[in-house]
Amino acid sequence: MSTVVERNGPRIVWRAREDTAGRVRFMTTRHREILMSIFSPLVVLIAWEVVVRANLVDARFFPAPTSIVGTFWALIRSGDLASAVGVSLTRIGAGFLMGAVPALVLGLGLGLSRMVRAFANPIIYALYPVPKVAILPLVMLIFGLGEMSKYVIIAIAVFFLVLVNTIAGVVQIDPIYFDVARNFNASRRDFYLGVVLRGALPAIFTGLKLAMGVALIVLVTAEFVGARSGIGVMIYESWQVFAIERLFVGLVVVSFLGYVLSLLLDELERLVIPWQRDRR
Amino acid sequence: MLDDVQIVVEDLVKRFTLPTGSFVALDRVSFQVREGEFFCIVGPSGCGKTTILRILAGLETKTGGDVAIHYHANGRPRSAMVFQGEAVFPWMTVEANIAFGLRSQPMPAATRRDIVRYYLDQVGLTPFARAYPYQLSGGMKQRVSIARAFATDPEILLMDEPFAALDEQNKLLLQQELLRIWDESRKTVVFITHSIDEAVALGDRVLVMTAQPGKVKQVVPVDFKRPRHIPELRRDARFGELVYDIWSALRDEVSRARESRGSARGEESLP
Ligand SMILES: Nc1ncnc2c1ncn2[C@@H]1O[C@H](COP(=O)(O)OP(=O)(O)O)[C@@H](O)[C@H]1O
Ligand SMILES: [Mg+2]
Repeated sequence: MSTVVERNGPRIVWRAREDTAGRVRFMTTRHREILMSIFSPLVVLIAWEVVVRANLVDARFFPAPTSIVGTFWALIRSGDLASAVGVSLTRIGAGFLMGAVPALVLGLGLGLSRMVRAFANPIIYALYPVPKVAILPLVMLIFGLGEMSKYVIIAIAVFFLVLVNTIAGVVQIDPIYFDVARNFNASRRDFYLGVVLRGALPAIFTGLKLAMGVALIVLVTAEFVGARSGIGVMIYESWQVFAIERLFVGLVVVSFLGYVLSLLLDELERLVIPWQRDRR
Repeated sequence: MLDDVQIVVEDLVKRFTLPTGSFVALDRVSFQVREGEFFCIVGPSGCGKTTILRILAGLETKTGGDVAIHYHANGRPRSAMVFQGEAVFPWMTVEANIAFGLRSQPMPAATRRDIVRYYLDQVGLTPFARAYPYQLSGGMKQRVSIARAFATDPEILLMDEPFAALDEQNKLLLQQELLRIWDESRKTVVFITHSIDEAVALGDRVLVMTAQPGKVKQVVPVDFKRPRHIPELRRDARFGELVYDIWSALRDEVSRARESRGSARGEESLP
């Protein structure tokens, strides 16, 4: 690994560098990678702590991590945090299913038929860009302030993203695979599940991941506006009573939720799409 | 029995419609294929070879003429196609790809497994049964495609330039392998290629096509005895002569096609 060029009389000899494959290493690259990614948030937290203690920022708005930890712990022990997270997760889960499942079925159908697509496209693309938060008041008017209105608004947001991506996924399937299915007399089941769905899966997952991000936004917004429990309520109420530590706990929990949910989707994707080269 | 005519194509015309107008892809193409015959179609790219095969498979309609195929009413699938280019499902394992055509046939699961195992072995892919296509080389994927078609035991096998994308060594290997597998069943094969050499090495007869519009130039019988050993065959003087004859017949057409390449498709019309 040291110098790779040496002199040999009037000539210069260059030698290829050695790699580490022959040597026993303390940690594998993967392990070091994991260590690095644990390390980076730690660096941020420490820096944050130092900055607050040195009075470089206003501790009323940016409380030090150590002072948040106390509130965090208290909220865990009282069970408040668990119930808030539970309520919010239920809303995400129910809304996600209510939106994604019909979108998937409809998307496969629309992707396969040009005529039906031509009919439905104007409707889809007129509704798709509407900010989903903007229809929240209407949804609350129709479904009331209970759980159903949260499910429905999340479902609507999820629906369009999954629908549009599923259609795109089916449309981009190489037509040769449809010919193969026809030529080998594939059953309806083999055609829809074995060819169309599986061919569109990568794009469907793109849609699901985008939808998860949007679902979180819509969830918190809906909880701000009209809910009595949930992580959004926790954040909003903390603002109203200026419980800044609790507010930060809420933020940390929401971002952690988003992180875990996207990790879950990644894992699911790895599981159901084992044929993708770049996944390995 | 062997002289029974199974495929009859008479004055087949195919016209494609494009936004810029329509053009004739196949112009009064006629030929017959006997049962159990290895029939090759050779011609420059764009002369309509794939179109003929797709019409035979029922994947494409004809504009005119007559195409009739005599099948036995024995429940076997009518035809199976080895498609041009990569047509194995990337999301299925090698095993599942080979089993795909069998899934629509009523048979016990164990029989199905045995058939898949047999053809995995025939194409030398047993160690890769659980692999996905991205883990295979181009030659291996073509083997999967061939095994998938053979596994359904169709009456007619339609092969569309199955070896076109392979290197010379793999091509030779697979050609020989194909002949060996085919020798066991002697089913009717319509084999498309743009390689005269390949057509002469494999076929009982070679249909030579010309381009723009696709027409039959001539049908050349190839009566080398079977089973054939392709490297040996290539050393045979008669092999070189046959290839040369076909090449001469095509040469004028290729240069003619090159000259007219600039002409717009819409201007061509059915005579
Ligand atoms: N579905 C289609 N629509 C319009 N033109 C087509 C279609 N399929 C094939 N063609 C045209 O018909 C001609 C013959 O095509 P093809 O049968 O694929 O030729 P080959 O297999 O001999 O290379 C080509 O000019 C091709 O562009
Ligand atoms: Mg072709």
